[in-house]
Amino acid sequence: MSGLERRLTALVGRDRVTTAKTDRLLYGFDAGRGRFLPEAVVYAESAEEVAAVMRLAGELKVPVVPRGAGSGLTGGALAVHGGIILSLARMNRILEIDTENLLAVVQPGVVTAELQARVEKLGLFYPPDPASKEFSTLGGNVAECAGGPRCVKYGSTRDYVLGLEVVTPAGEIIHTGGRTLKNVVGFDLTRLFVGCEGTLGIATEITLRLLPKPEAKKTMLLFFSSIDGAAESVSAIIGARIIPATLEFMDRATLACLRGRTEIDLPEDCGAALIIEVDGRREWLDGEVARVMAVVAGRDVIGSVVAETAEESERIWQMRRAVSPAVRAQAPDRFNEDIVVPRSKIPQMIRRLEALSAESGIPIVNFGHAGDGNIHVYILTDLCEAGMEARVDALIEQVFAAAVELRGSISGEHGVGLAKARYLAMELSPETIAYMRTLKRALDPDDILNPGKIFLRGPDDE
Amino acid sequence: MMSEAVVRKTPGRHKVLEDFADAIQRCVRCGACQAYCPAWSAGRREGNVARGKVAVAAAMLAGELGRGAELEPAARQDISLCLMCGSCTHGCPNDVPTAEIVGAIRREVAAETGLSAVGVGVAALLGSKTLMRGVVAAGAALAPVMMEKVPESSGLRLRFPLDRLPVVGERILPAPAGKNLFARLPERIEGQPGRPKVAFFAGCAITWLYPQIGEKMVEVLVRLGCTVYLPKGQGCCGMPALSSGDGPLVSRLASANVRAFMPLDVDYIITACASCGGGIGEYYLTMGGDPAILAKKVVDFTVFLEEEGVCERLAALPRAVKRQKVCWHDPCHLKNRGILAPPRHLLAALPGVDFVEMEGASRCCGLGGTFSVHHSEESGLIGEKKVEGVQACGAELVATACPGCVMQLETSLCRAELPVRAVHLLELFGEAEMAALADD
Repeated sequence: MSGLERRLTALVGRDRVTTAKTDRLLYGFDAGRGRFLPEAVVYAESAEEVAAVMRLAGELKVPVVPRGAGSGLTGGALAVHGGIILSLARMNRILEIDTENLLAVVQPGVVTAELQARVEKLGLFYPPDPASKEFSTLGGNVAECAGGPRCVKYGSTRDYVLGLEVVTPAGEIIHTGGRTLKNVVGFDLTRLFVGCEGTLGIATEITLRLLPKPEAKKTMLLFFSSIDGAAESVSAIIGARIIPATLEFMDRATLACLRGRTEIDLPEDCGAALIIEVDGRREWLDGEVARVMAVVAGRDVIGSVVAETAEESERIWQMRRAVSPAVRAQAPDRFNEDIVVPRSKIPQMIRRLEALSAESGIPIVNFGHAGDGNIHVYILTDLCEAGMEARVDALIEQVFAAAVELRGSISGEHGVGLAKARYLAMELSPETIAYMRTLKRALDPDDILNPGKIFLRGPDDE
Repeated sequence: MMSEAVVRKTPGRHKVLEDFADAIQRCVRCGACQAYCPAWSAGRREGNVARGKVAVAAAMLAGELGRGAELEPAARQDISLCLMCGSCTHGCPNDVPTAEIVGAIRREVAAETGLSAVGVGVAALLGSKTLMRGVVAAGAALAPVMMEKVPESSGLRLRFPLDRLPVVGERILPAPAGKNLFARLPERIEGQPGRPKVAFFAGCAITWLYPQIGEKMVEVLVRLGCTVYLPKGQGCCGMPALSSGDGPLVSRLASANVRAFMPLDVDYIITACASCGGGIGEYYLTMGGDPAILAKKVVDFTVFLEEEGVCERLAALPRAVKRQKVCWHDPCHLKNRGILAPPRHLLAALPGVDFVEMEGASRCCGLGGTFSVHHSEESGLIGEKKVEGVQACGAELVATACPGCVMQLETSLCRAELPVRAVHLLELFGEAEMAALADD
């Protein structure tokens, strides 16, 4: 038994530490790219254990990488510099649902959809809905500030975190925020930890704000002959002061992937589609649907389906859910970039992406949460082709440059992690990056907690 | 590394790990299987879930982990922690057949190290607690007697091995039947002209533990006018052997079943046990040759009855005054073949039944062939989760179509001290229902 394993065993017991080759291999990957083997895997069951592991890691100068479901796409849960993978998956209890104050207190390993199902039975609602919600954990959602289709109306994870219990890099347990909607005492550390990608602290208890569950919803599927018609409709709907619960976009290439994989008839000459869902009071919804239809009229709409039943709505969403697997099946290597632009810039961004695909000769498929400006750009390629890696790198850089130029961002919801670290300077000024790094260095001088993420290693790491 | 195309498949041969090289590549490690895998919910370790097992398989092919007897104990443990229920494949965006891959690894390990190496001794590593929580150990005293009558090759011996009888003691076993199914029924019952010729594949549990279900099945088929064969030469379908990694035994059983059924030249081979259907109807397909020809005739009884118009006939009966609230549990081996609607239609049509849908109806019960023997703690946890849904829907009975599930559900319901019973769907067919099946 190695010294590290012996020390960890003393903290959490024999059956929750492993250094077996098998386990190191299995915890060497997440849902993104890259593989890095940790030296040990620890399954924590309490904040005290997490704190003890952090203190030990500080003493031994060994990195610690927190991990939930391992469903992140940018390498947030990868042990880039080895060390300990600290799994929080077993801390999966919903501790409290407060129906009077509309909040929930959960451990970080609770699966997003499980909380949603529980609160919806009580007529409550936890809106953030990343595509991985059936298996992603709330701790991971908080660390990455997960989004999803409903962000257009309801905002992302950061808008629902009221308070946190956090284990710091030094192994102390601190508390931020609380159970109130208002709280201005001291720095807003809650917001600092949400989206920190596990580099500043590990959330061990999360207090989440809940909403009343909307009474009803209505789903529309609109087909457009041109991509411009769809992109302009997105901007026009928002411009008309209509905020749907979801506003999803699919381009021609996406629809081509979907043919034969959905029960819905896709018109032959269809250049783009929008899925629009409105929610709220039942008697109010028909009027809202009519308003949307009036706004999009004359913008190259060639067909529409308004779901009248839950089954019809489900058929539309089944089509949306089929997108990712369908697109993935198109090419051996796929790069899924989640750029975001101000909503009025969607038509420009889409045109720019089409031009980039044509210029590079590399297929790009675009779909996503257009209502909040977040477009999933899938670059389809085969890296086995000679020189392809460099061409793809260049294309990704151009895509990011276009998003930043339109005053958007290179990541709407996946985070920076390992995958986007080298592009950070495209969006943030040197001073901004320096400010962030000063924070990180002050809180974690030995770079114990999730090193190698967000920032590239550089001279000031030495 | 051999690809699927390079490995030439001889008919009747089991697939080996190399046959799955392309399938293993299809796993994009998204983690979606966590939402479906019952073993994940019991342990929440990467090695519990399909993604982890596929990663083990990939590492074996890449030479990063040993093969066969050299496979690291931690990897063996992960491979043994699989119910082979196929739920992960059902939810996988790329249809990675993890249960089949696990089967291939188990066969590889078992061929070199003997059967006991697969799965045994894992409970101690995980820190097993006693599961004797208010359990009625009814089967324990009777089990040895029962086992004397069961042939060596039967899957029941793998599910309840004699050397692990303490585990049997924790499970609710039905009282052993005095006479097995074959002693109760003739090998052939002539039907009406023009009606289908069918054979009934009974399987071990129905033959030895629940012959009354087999009798109901044959009676239903006879009432429908079918000519019914019950060939005595039939044996175990091979699923428990498959789950243990005993490839040679699966082959022997498949040959025996081919010999028993092929000469009959029937239209359909009917199963009333979902797992047996998964064995002779699904796994035999992957073997090619005669087993695959046999497999194409296999139909689950719920599908057959619905096609024969049984739902309409039952629905035409007057509703009973006193009805029972009944929910449905999807056996994994029906769910994964897409058989979801027919049993629900049958249940809803029964005059004495008020059908209610339970939450998590398609969640595995936790039996998983030999899984519940070697991983009784995890099996118990999965069972606990299952009965939450039963309790919430307020049903008086849980109906299903797999004797294994009935056994596991009964155990879980009893542990939870719920006044609910698990039954096979056919047990809900009484005289009135039977009478409705016959042509006027």
